[in-house]
Amino acid sequence: MSDPVVADTRRLNSKPQDLTDAYGPPSNFLEIDVYDPQIVGVGRSRYTTYEVRMRTNLPIFKLKDSCVRRRYSDFEWLKNELERDSKIVVPPLPGKALKRQLPFRSDEGLFDESFIEERRSGLEQFINRIAGHPLAQNERCLHMFLQEETIDRNYIPGKELACPG
Amino acid sequence: MSFFGFGQSADIDIVLNDGETRKKAEHRSEDGRKDKYFLFYDGETVSGKVNVTLKYPGKRLEHNGIKIEFIGQIEMYYDRGNHHEFVSLVKDLARPGELTQSQTFDFEFTHVEKPYESYTGQNVKLRYFLRATVGRRLNDISKELDIVVHTLSTYPEMNSSIKMEVGIEDCLHIEFEYNKSKYHLKDVIVGKIYFLLVRIKIKHMEIDIIKRETTGTGPNVYHENDTIAKYEIMDGAPVRGESIPIRLFLAGYELTPTMRDINKKFSVRYYLNLVLIDEEERRYFKQQEITLWRKGDIVRKSMSHQAAIASQRFEGGSNPEKSYSQNTEEDAS
Repeated sequence: MSDPVVADTRRLNSKPQDLTDAYGPPSNFLEIDVYDPQIVGVGRSRYTTYEVRMRTNLPIFKLKDSCVRRRYSDFEWLKNELERDSKIVVPPLPGKALKRQLPFRSDEGLFDESFIEERRSGLEQFINRIAGHPLAQNERCLHMFLQEETIDRNYIPGKELACPG
Repeated sequence: MSFFGFGQSADIDIVLNDGETRKKAEHRSEDGRKDKYFLFYDGETVSGKVNVTLKYPGKRLEHNGIKIEFIGQIEMYYDRGNHHEFVSLVKDLARPGELTQSQTFDFEFTHVEKPYESYTGQNVKLRYFLRATVGRRLNDISKELDIVVHTLSTYPEMNSSIKMEVGIEDCLHIEFEYNKSKYHLKDVIVGKIYFLLVRIKIKHMEIDIIKRETTGTGPNVYHENDTIAKYEIMDGAPVRGESIPIRLFLAGYELTPTMRDINKKFSVRYYLNLVLIDEEERRYFKQQEITLWRKGDIVRKSMSHQAAIASQRFEGGSNPEKSYSQNTEEDAS
């Protein structure tokens, strides 16, 4: 009989994990990469686009592997939609860098390599945090951002009812 | 452009042999008008006459050959020059020569395959037509006669209901059910919505029928969504445990059968979208694809009225979802 004053520190009984479980794919897999920055356009109207690639086995996403091109303002659009429609606290985006858009800089402004890398990394963190949130996963805007070729700014916002996880 | 003396010196017209008895079907054209065309089914013979009428009876008409074609083609609106012909039959009516008087030529395209239904959509058109041509040195004289083709199916062997429990964590849980997953164009969608958990203030609930036309392949895929119908099924706030019935008659809407990957060029699919709207105009939705198919109206001349009605209901049998040739003349024999 164990002494009630001393905490019960026995190990729990559990089945040893078999190899398929140990090395199989995880049941909640969601990974988004933001990479391959490309500068689009000419002169004053240039902007940078990034490849956003999502791989997942979550049932709520229609495509298990999707790849789209997005620019910074698309991420801003997504943040605004989620702040307005969902109850989640939306993480911050990397800065808007207005100063870098002014002329007479000693570096390349918005197209400076180290700035683009900093921004790319911030966007990647942002989208991974959001996409994993169950309340964001209900929002139509998130699915459109991640899995549709173009973002329809005139879309009808809504929440997709999903099968219980 | 026709200068004096260079105008069209002959008129052509195409007349079907069964023009008096064959049924016509309404079909919406590209500009939105609804016109009636002769209705054909897969496997039916297309036969008739081509009348070439000389405008100036004394004058001979020299030509490079007279022919008639039966064509089934797909036309993408963004690429008008390229027609994708999936059926192309030709019959030569006259060898190069000359016509001294108006003449009539018989033609018959026997048991023509018409694998797809005629479709005029937002970005693509599939049509069948006869084209009679009198070949000339400078400008051919030709005339086209459009027909409409319907593809028929029978009651599918497998037609499971759609039943799901969906929701948003801690906010709204519903169970919805539609009695079938495959509906014919004059069918009724019967179902219900059962509320398991309601923590939002719902204002109303509706079912929308959405048509999605997909054109292009690979990176150039384009989806055109069109809400064909919006049908309110509930007005006001439901409570937990409440069940709302659905009864939606499809015959009132302009629908086509589901068309999947037609000739690898386009698809037309239909979705039921269940939408709930709360007091703050937030929308909660669940979209579900349904398959639409066209049921044949078979009325045999030899049958009594009662038997005819019964056959319309149970025209099923051993060939599910296969389109079959329909010729009431043949069947009545």
